[in-house]
Amino acid sequence: MINVMIEKKLKAYHGQQVLRVNRQFATGSITKIYGPSGSGKTTFLKALAGLITPEKGIIRVDAVSWFNAGAKINVPAQKRNTGFVFQQYALFPNMTVKQHLEYATTDEAWIKRLLLLGKLDTLQEHKPDYLSGGQQQRLAILRALATKPQILLMDEPFSALDAKMKMELIMELKTVIKELNITTLIVSHNPQELDGWADEEMVFE
Amino acid sequence: MDLSPIWLTLKLAGITTLILLFVGLPFAWWLSRGRSLFKIIIEAIITMPLVLPPSVLGFYLLLAFSPRHGLGKWLQEVFDVQFVFSFQGLVLASVIYSVPFMVGPIKSALQQLPSTLAEASYTLGKTEWQTFRYVLLPNIKPSLLTAAVLTFAHTLGEFGVVLMIGGSIPGVTRVASIAVYDAVEQRDYAMANNYSLILFAITFVLVISVFVFNKYQAKSPLV
Repeated sequence: MINVMIEKKLKAYHGQQVLRVNRQFATGSITKIYGPSGSGKTTFLKALAGLITPEKGIIRVDAVSWFNAGAKINVPAQKRNTGFVFQQYALFPNMTVKQHLEYATTDEAWIKRLLLLGKLDTLQEHKPDYLSGGQQQRLAILRALATKPQILLMDEPFSALDAKMKMELIMELKTVIKELNITTLIVSHNPQELDGWADEEMVFE
Repeated sequence: MDLSPIWLTLKLAGITTLILLFVGLPFAWWLSRGRSLFKIIIEAIITMPLVLPPSVLGFYLLLAFSPRHGLGKWLQEVFDVQFVFSFQGLVLASVIYSVPFMVGPIKSALQQLPSTLAEASYTLGKTEWQTFRYVLLPNIKPSLLTAAVLTFAHTLGEFGVVLMIGGSIPGVTRVASIAVYDAVEQRDYAMANNYSLILFAITFVLVISVFVFNKYQAKSPLV
């Protein structure tokens, strides 16, 4: 169970806005998140991952406190074991597809399975510059899964995929996420694409 | 023709570039992260050699490291090291004088990388050092090369600062730029021309190499 109760100031064009989240996420659940641009969806994911520090509140994962502003607890991003799919992919230009996964894990069998899952096994030696947008996005998803994370945070993870590839990838992801019992949060501008998969939804105003 | 000033110049430029690579890299990384008043002041200080007359810098270094008093005296007494009129003095002056040429391009390159690159690495459990070594550093290679070559070339061209702290001792502190000056003073224009041509050729090859390398990286070294 993830227990989140945080406050974080957001920079907005028309002055300042405060992101307030008070929410629980069951272990292994899949939550789709949607709402207008600038409502703090990405900020929320980054706060969970430890990449942004909220001003107030707590984040507890099972019995472990990841963040507690009052007690000055803030577990670094490196120790949270979250997988993060960035909206702009954030792939490493100097690394090939395989090197991305090898940077994250030494488990060769897992790397092989991920490459097959993302249909990138024939492009292992390619660097991001030589991949299409959809291939780059799939690599970003595979990299996030490479560490077998406890929580998977995905920011618009399917925006560059065609409908067929999206459906196939979601099918595969379902299996892996269920197998590893990963709690998953997915930000999407098209929440219908997650119908029948996500158990919960969260709307940002 | 006495080639020792040329070798001394190349040795000085090589050592200065190596030292600045080791010192400048972590320093540029530190400067590229966040922005505090303290960092702004430090950045202003290391930029000073760009605008300060080299003779002014050389004069203050001469005062600071004079073996007669203060820091220079202490260094001489405790470590038996003398920075005035010695090769190590030239190295120290060159390192200080060329700091902005090494730190500036590297810092700008690090700041231009998207912050999500480092963030992605952190979420994979990597430390800041691992992130710097395996993600950030390989992605600023062209700027790293530009910084190293600019530092090397700038050290080749030093005159005022090395003259002030090193003088013109043959084989010890008489670098090529000073040899040119000495030759002109003695009206030996042929010798001055020889040294000048060699310096010109080395610098030109260096600069053109960077332009050619960066052409393939689709990046101008002046950016």
